[in-house]
Parts: sequence; C-alpha cells; structure tokens
Amino acid sequence: MKLTVNGKTYDVDVEDDMPLLWVLRDELGITGPKYGCGIAQCGACTVHEDGVAVRSCQLAASDVVGEITTIEGLGTPNALHAVQEAWIDLQVAQCGYCQAGQIMQAASFLDLNSEPTDDQIDAAMSGNLCRCGSYLRIREAVKTAATKLRAV
Amino acid sequence: MGRVKTIARRSFLIGSAAIAGGVAFGTYLYKREGENPLLADLKPGETALNPYVKIDAQGITLITPRADVGQGAWSMQAHMIAEELDIDPATATLSPGPASAIYYNGVVGAEGLPIAATSDTLLARTGRDAVDVAGKLMGLHITGGSSTVPDMYDRLRMAGAVARETLIRAAMKQTGLPRDQLRTENGCVVLPDGLRIEYLDMAVAAADIEPVQDVTLRDPSQWRYLTKPQKRTDMVAKSTGTLTYGIDMMMDGMVYATTRTNPALGGGLIGFDAEAAQGMRGVRSVLPITGGVAVVADNTWRAFQAAQAVECDWGPSPYIGNTDEQFDAVANSMTDDHQDSRFKDEGDVVAALDGADVIEVEYRIPYLAHAPLEPMSVVVKMSQSRLDIWTGTQIPRFVQANMAKLTGMDAGNIHVHVLMSGGSFGRRLEDDYIAQAVEIAMQLPDTPIKMIWQREEDFSHDFPRPLAMAHAKGAVKSGALDAFDLSIAAPSVAESSLARLGQPAIGPDVAIVAGAWDQPFAIPNYRVTGYRTPAMVPISSWRSVGASGNGFLHESFMDELCHAAGVDPLAERLRLCWHDPSRKVLEAVGEMSDWGSDLGPNRGCGLAFTLAFGVPVAEVVEVLSTDDGIRIDKVFVAADVGRVLDPVNFEAQVQGGVIFGLGHAMNCELTYRDGVPEQDNFHAYEGMRLYQTPQITVRGLENGNKIRGIGEPAVPPAAPALANAIFAATGQRIRELPLSKSIDFI
Ligand code: FES
Ligand code: FES
Repeated sequence: MKLTVNGKTYDVDVEDDMPLLWVLRDELGITGPKYGCGIAQCGACTVHEDGVAVRSCQLAASDVVGEITTIEGLGTPNALHAVQEAWIDLQVAQCGYCQAGQIMQAASFLDLNSEPTDDQIDAAMSGNLCRCGSYLRIREAVKTAATKLRAV
Repeated sequence: MGRVKTIARRSFLIGSAAIAGGVAFGTYLYKREGENPLLADLKPGETALNPYVKIDAQGITLITPRADVGQGAWSMQAHMIAEELDIDPATATLSPGPASAIYYNGVVGAEGLPIAATSDTLLARTGRDAVDVAGKLMGLHITGGSSTVPDMYDRLRMAGAVARETLIRAAMKQTGLPRDQLRTENGCVVLPDGLRIEYLDMAVAAADIEPVQDVTLRDPSQWRYLTKPQKRTDMVAKSTGTLTYGIDMMMDGMVYATTRTNPALGGGLIGFDAEAAQGMRGVRSVLPITGGVAVVADNTWRAFQAAQAVECDWGPSPYIGNTDEQFDAVANSMTDDHQDSRFKDEGDVVAALDGADVIEVEYRIPYLAHAPLEPMSVVVKMSQSRLDIWTGTQIPRFVQANMAKLTGMDAGNIHVHVLMSGGSFGRRLEDDYIAQAVEIAMQLPDTPIKMIWQREEDFSHDFPRPLAMAHAKGAVKSGALDAFDLSIAAPSVAESSLARLGQPAIGPDVAIVAGAWDQPFAIPNYRVTGYRTPAMVPISSWRSVGASGNGFLHESFMDELCHAAGVDPLAERLRLCWHDPSRKVLEAVGEMSDWGSDLGPNRGCGLAFTLAFGVPVAEVVEVLSTDDGIRIDKVFVAADVGRVLDPVNFEAQVQGGVIFGLGHAMNCELTYRDGVPEQDNFHAYEGMRLYQTPQITVRGLENGNKIRGIGEPAVPPAAPALANAIFAATGQRIRELPLSKSIDFI
C-alpha cells in the first residue's frame, strides 16, 4: 500500500491491521512518534493525518486515507514550527519521551482553535500523558504558541 | 607511539579528599591515579585532557557520566564543566562516556547510613567519607538518590579548570608568553593584544603538555552559567523528535524482539508451544529465555503479536500472591523479632502515652509501578569477542559485570553505550531487561537485536515501590504535641535490589524509615521504629525511595496530632523545628500560601514537610470540594538545595516531583492476584493529567550548608499535603493511598 509521510510517498508491504505507528517506526525508520501504551491512553504516538491529530497506535495501516505528518515533518531544528519554538523557549521537556506527541497534539489543536481558553487547552491536551509531570509548561507553551501563530 | 603513552601518564583521578571536604571553591591538587578510560578509544588528532574533556580539531566533547533520565543531568554536568573550561556548553558534544570505575559515585551510598542529613558530627562526617571511599573502591558508576549535583559539583568544575589550564599551558608554549598574560574566553585563549587562539587548534599541542596540578576554581560571583537560567542542551532534540532513545536505535541488519515471561512473578516457564507463533508473518524465531520466551521478528508489532500467540505453561508464583495477604504479612511483621531499626528514640514515649488520651491510627500505602513512558528497551549486538549494549541505564558498570557473568565474556569486552532515558523513576537501576536481550543475542550472534517490552510486560514485570503500613500512637498536652510514636513495617528495598546487583545488604534498611526518623522536630517524646517484612515480590527504589511513602505516614500523623491539640499545623511545626533551613522553608511556604487566611466554603489547605536527601521541602496544597469531587487548585513549594544552579530546571523538577507525588496519591496502586499485578497499562494507572494539574508556585531557598539535588525531594510531601488539605476542606481523614479509594477527584 502507498503512504505519504512528511511529503514523501512510500510503498509499504504490511498487513492491513499493522498500526501506523509500527509502519512508521520499523518499516520507514521514522522514530519521532513513540510507543508508550499501544491502547490510546498516552498520546506518545500522536501524528497528523491531513493536519488532524491521530493516535498512530490505533490507526491501522489500511485505514490511512490522508497524508501523514510526524514530528519530523512538522519542523526541524533549523526550521522550527511555532509550537516547537514555544516548547524550547519554555524549556518544557524533561525526559522528553512524551513531547513529540504533546507537540503534535498541540499543533493540530491550535490549527482548529487559534484563541483557546485554559479550559479548552486542558481538554485538548489531557489525553497526552506525561509521566515526568511537565504539564504546567505544556499549558504555558500552548498559550505562547497560540500567540506566536496568531502573529504570523 | 610515544603520544598515547604520554597521555596515559597524565591520566588522573580526582582525589576524594577534596570532594569530601565540600569546599565550594579554592585550590585543589589532583592526584594521579587510575586510568583515564577515554584513552582506550582515542582517534588520531584527539586528546583527552582528563576523564571528562576530550578535544580534537572538530570540537570539544564533554563527558557527563551520570545518567539522564529526564532530570537534566547531562545538561547540568556539561554546564559545570563548561563554567570552568570557559566554553558555551551549547557548542560542545555531550557523551555519557564508557562504563568506568573512575566515574564512581561518592555520595549516593550515604542514603544507606543511619546518619541524619542535618547531622555534622565527626561520626557523621566520617561515615560520609567512608561512603566516598567505598564508592571509589567499588567503582560505583551509578546514578540515583538525587546525588548527581552534590557528587559532581566540585569534581566536574575541577575537570573543566584542569582542562582550561592545560590548554593555557599549550598556548604559553606556543606563544612564549607567561601565564599571567593569558586569559580564556568562550573556547579561546586570548593574548594580550586581543589575538585569540581557539582551543580546537591546540588539541594536538595540548597532548604533550604536562598536566596542571593546581587549579583554582572561580568564585561564584564570576559564573556565567551556573545559578543563571540555563538552556538545557537537550531541548531542541526533544522538541523535534530527533533525539535517539534506546527504543529508537537503528542498525543495519537489525531484528526486532520482545519477550514474554511469567506474569505470576518468579513462577517460571514449564513449557511452551510456539507453533502458531512461528508461522506468523515476519517471525524469525521463538526462543526460550529465563522464565519465558522471546520472539524475534522483522518488526516490533509482529513480534508483539507473535508473543501473544505463544502458548505458555506458567508455573505458580512462589510469592504471597494476593494484595490482602500481602498487607496481612506487613501487619504481622510489626513484632519485636522483625524490628529493623529504632534510629529515633527521644524522651520516653511509653511513659508519655501511659495514662494519656492516646490517639491511635493506622495508615497504608500501596505498591507502585515506575512505568516510565519509554517502556524497557535495549539494542544489543554480540560477536565472539565483543558485546555492545545501547540503552538508558543508571548502572552501566553493574550491567557490564552482570552481563560478563551471564555470557562468560571478559567485562572489558562488554561495551555499554548509555542513551537518554525516556524516564526511569528508579526503574533503570535494574538490568533484567538487558539480560533478556543478551540471552537472545547469545542465541543469535552477530545480529543487532532491538528488544522492546510491551507496556503490559513493563507493568507486570516492574520491581515496584513496596507497600507499607504504619501504626501510629500519639498524645497531646496543653495544646502541644507531646508524644509521637510511629511504627512502620515494609519489605526491604535494600535487601531486594542489592541482591540482584550481587551486593550484600548489611545492617538495618534505612529506607524503611527514611523521611520519618530523620525529621528536624523536637517533639518531647518521639520515636520511630522500622519493622522489616519478610521479602515478598521483588521491589526496588522508586523516585524518593523510602521517603516516597514515609512522608505520607509521618506528615499525616503530624497533622492529626496538631488538630487533636487544637494548634495550627504550621505554627506547631515551626515551634518544634530546630533546623534553621527547615524552619525557613516552612516560613516561606506559609508566606507564599498566605497560610491561615480565610479560604471560603468547601476549601481547605494542607501542609506537609519532609526532609529527604538533605533537602527540606515544605508544601501547601489547596483544594476545593465540589459535587463532582476534589479539585486541586494550588500548590506552594519551598525547598532548600543550598544553591540553585539552574532556576529554570529547578522549578521544572519541583513541579514534576509534586505532580508525580500528587498523581500517584490520587489514583495509583499496583495490586496482585495470584502473583500477577492487576494493573497492566495506563488506563488502570493513570496518575495526573493536565486538566487536573494545579498551579504550582516554587521558591528555592539557599540556607543549607551543602549543595543538593532536586530530582526527588519534592515528591514525599505532596501526598500528605493533599490528604491534609482534603481533611481541612471536608473533615474526612484518609489514611490509605491511593486517595481515590475513599474520595472522588474531578
Ligand atoms: S502509544 Fe498510542 S496512545 Fe499510547
Ligand atoms: S517529559 Fe517525560 S514523559 Fe513527558
């Protein structure tokens, strides 16, 4: 089957029900999306399908219809996305393992809601677990990113 | 030829005396002893100025041997070296270095001594010096116990200073100028006329310079990085998905594996049928390993699927298998013959309680899983003559020794490449998952193997924080605390985890009473007794170790007695506290939270204080009781680490510690049925989520006379401060964790 990831099209030969997460990580070598739980509880595997955040551990390869963007495609160290910039400015990451998922979730959310309230941020981001407890900076970074994005 | 030899002669080990002396700055003499482990792998043109600084024409590599599990240890260690070396840490490459005795930890062992951190007697100092010597003799290359900053603060700044002075010598030789005409700035030696010689251009010349023996550390007033807000060196990589964790390593020809061992811990494997699994797509082999099976495939998910398809005949667990029976065993161990310690015994508790109106209560805390978000994972490659291991670990030298035992290889041929850990909380003080991967590699030589545990395997094969019970008796007299008698029973972490590291556990286990026996309060009759429950399921250190639960036991009872006495819990603690830095964090948190002000209906504030790892921490939690449950609104924290080296990360570690403590207190427990942990993924072990996260205001104080770490100390007071706040808001006193068993949270 064909998959478009970060603007590049790949031909992959996998079972229909292989979760996208493992296609990305083990077939394509794209390791930004992380495995944390495999059951939609942590959000570490979050990627975008046509700009919308999805849990790649829950999305079967054959059900992918849109273009996939991973953290690597959102922005790079030399060309950061506004959300990544905010994450760095506010020094959000601790172990960092959840952060690719957090950032992808935040980027998709801000795309839909450019002026979120605190409650909306909390609701949108609460599916993403952070075992290190970086939540306060996540909340602040989403707000900072929203401001940055509105200024663009 | 001559070159390598010249360098070898210059290798040094920083003397323990200077570190044990604990002077913040001054002149040190370096001892020349021990091999610099960097010399073994030097490439042409590279010079290792000491075990922590390597330089070649392309750049400078700083060795940061304490593991980074999210607490920012790599970045902090780099900043310590860079401060004296005079470089911008962002321009250096960081490497954790090889497993080596030279990177021994001289501080962490002190947590095992029955010496209060507040004590500075000759005996206390001698004990700590002995720990330093023992750490050095044993080559204890280990990360833990919030010891990175106290252990490395002098050592790494000295390494930076030595490297700097050696480079200056090289410049003196090159220019003929005397020392006092040269200075350094941002990676360069600066000549009097302003001309700059880059360090990198002197990489080769410096190799021939006799090592500098005397270095003077800078006065803190001259610092450019330390104590200033730092930019952690890992932030960009962690925000762009470009950091390689153990789970992300990739190699040519690599295969993917997972293991499945008996979920009834210790039960072993009687037999298995792999026929169905063997026929599944991508499966290369199903192999027996100790206690279970491993599946090797061409994709992790295929390995996961096939592992589930293996039919296993498991043996029964040899341990007490049900949580109610486990608690019975704990309760039954509160007897004289199980008494493990009584480090605190002031006044006469028995006499004080005799005839008094005794308040007698019982507390319980559960087993807890570490569950770092990156599940246990490792890449291994084994050939005839060499074993390479890539993973996040806090114990590289134990890994080396244990894998040498497992494979029969010489430890010198085992190379542990430490990677950034996606969390640990103490889990990576164990090497069980590494041994499993090595068992696979022994059956599949010359093939790189990436082994990843399914989250379910990770939960069911953790070495949890032990459960514990406390029996507390107390009395109050004329509006003040008079007697406080706390008996704590728990299995011993030291006994369990040291046995796995092949080390003996001698004497009482301080962890059973840590954070309770050593608190700085002058209660007239004050006793803390530890009872050792005979070993049950294997257990280990969990963020803040013994204090993680004992803070709840001690501080809940403190609150109960204050209420019984009719005194304000803050005022009474201040009255009883004899340790100045501890008093000051209590005062600070009182001021920050406007303690005692009218909060309005259904609101309550709870206070707790724990001194752990030498760090006094006071926390106030404010909750609102609503129809939908408790909402945690605000937390105020004051903590004293002696000197805050990075206010930005300090705040992050305190906030993270509070969230970790609150989240587990709210809703986490590991319970067992027939030896099998019942919680196997995050749906059943949730912790805190963003919508529940309160405002957390942090203040760092600097009154302590020693520098300390902050990765753990903020955890212990969080649970009792929350429980005490719930009592203040609702009148409901909860004596068992998790609190969700007794009350709802929003
Ligand atoms: S791995 Fe997909 S939500 Fe946890
Ligand atoms: S930063 Fe470690 S899990 Fe979020």
